[in-house]
Amino acid sequence: MIRVGVVTFPGSLDDQDAARAVRLVGFEPVPLWHASDSLDAVDAVILPGGFSYGDYLRCGAIARFSPVMTSVIDAAGKGMPVLGICNGFQVLCESHLLPGALIRNDCRTFVCRDQRLRVENTETAWTSRFTPGQEIVIVFKNGEGSFMADDDTLAMLEGEGRVVFRYLEVNPNGSRNDIAGITNARGNVVGLMPHPEHNVDALTGPSLDGLPFFAGLADWLARV
Amino acid sequence: MARVIVDVMPKPEILDPQGKAVTGALRRLGFEGLTVRQGKRFEVEVDGELTEDRLEQVRQAAEKLLANTVIESFDVRVEQ
Repeated sequence: MIRVGVVTFPGSLDDQDAARAVRLVGFEPVPLWHASDSLDAVDAVILPGGFSYGDYLRCGAIARFSPVMTSVIDAAGKGMPVLGICNGFQVLCESHLLPGALIRNDCRTFVCRDQRLRVENTETAWTSRFTPGQEIVIVFKNGEGSFMADDDTLAMLEGEGRVVFRYLEVNPNGSRNDIAGITNARGNVVGLMPHPEHNVDALTGPSLDGLPFFAGLADWLARV
Repeated sequence: MARVIVDVMPKPEILDPQGKAVTGALRRLGFEGLTVRQGKRFEVEVDGELTEDRLEQVRQAAEKLLANTVIESFDVRVEQ
């Protein structure tokens, strides 16, 4: 069975939801602890949403230097799939596994809404179950999700097709080029601000559009 | 004990929502023509003698952790 690690940092909030999403698509969620450098031989890792280390200094800046991240960075470099959701995306940027940075929303408020997105890249470890250009609705909730990168980085991301998700209808936080999520060159590391793990059950989410994120992992792992 | 100051500021081309909020509040309070950009100041107490090597370590610490150079610039100086 595919085993997916879910990291818990002090201040993580959505680790249980991420583990539940993994379970719902038939994989085994494996809890990972920030203070241990063990990845417990998992096949993939999810960095969940929340406020790791209280968002002190900068969102994700302290988490990036936790023992578990040393192992995650190493494994990601060798091709292991990693999904960073919200705070997890911030950790991935601070880790330089993904380019750019997330800053405070331009509207200066925490934004919570059902956000329409377009899937722009279906070649990643986490998006193979979508069709190119597919429009989905995913829960969005953050205060510091505005994606920033310099012009050269932005041109590189666009040119290489590494923008994975783009905000539709409204840009909720001032992200450059309406970017909601990006990937690394290899496609194994994906970060996004919206929360697919909250869209896996009709009782509690506005859609089931989150399920393909996790289910698609099987395709990627079967290929490599 | 020597004290080294590290100032971290959002780069000029990066939107600074906090600075914008403070600027707006100042205007509402009647302080006209004051535009604020908000950064962070770190006071670093350095054990022992502050050699050029030690100062270089503080610069590296600023580069590695205190600032995110993707969006922020930093300045290191010794407090007299």
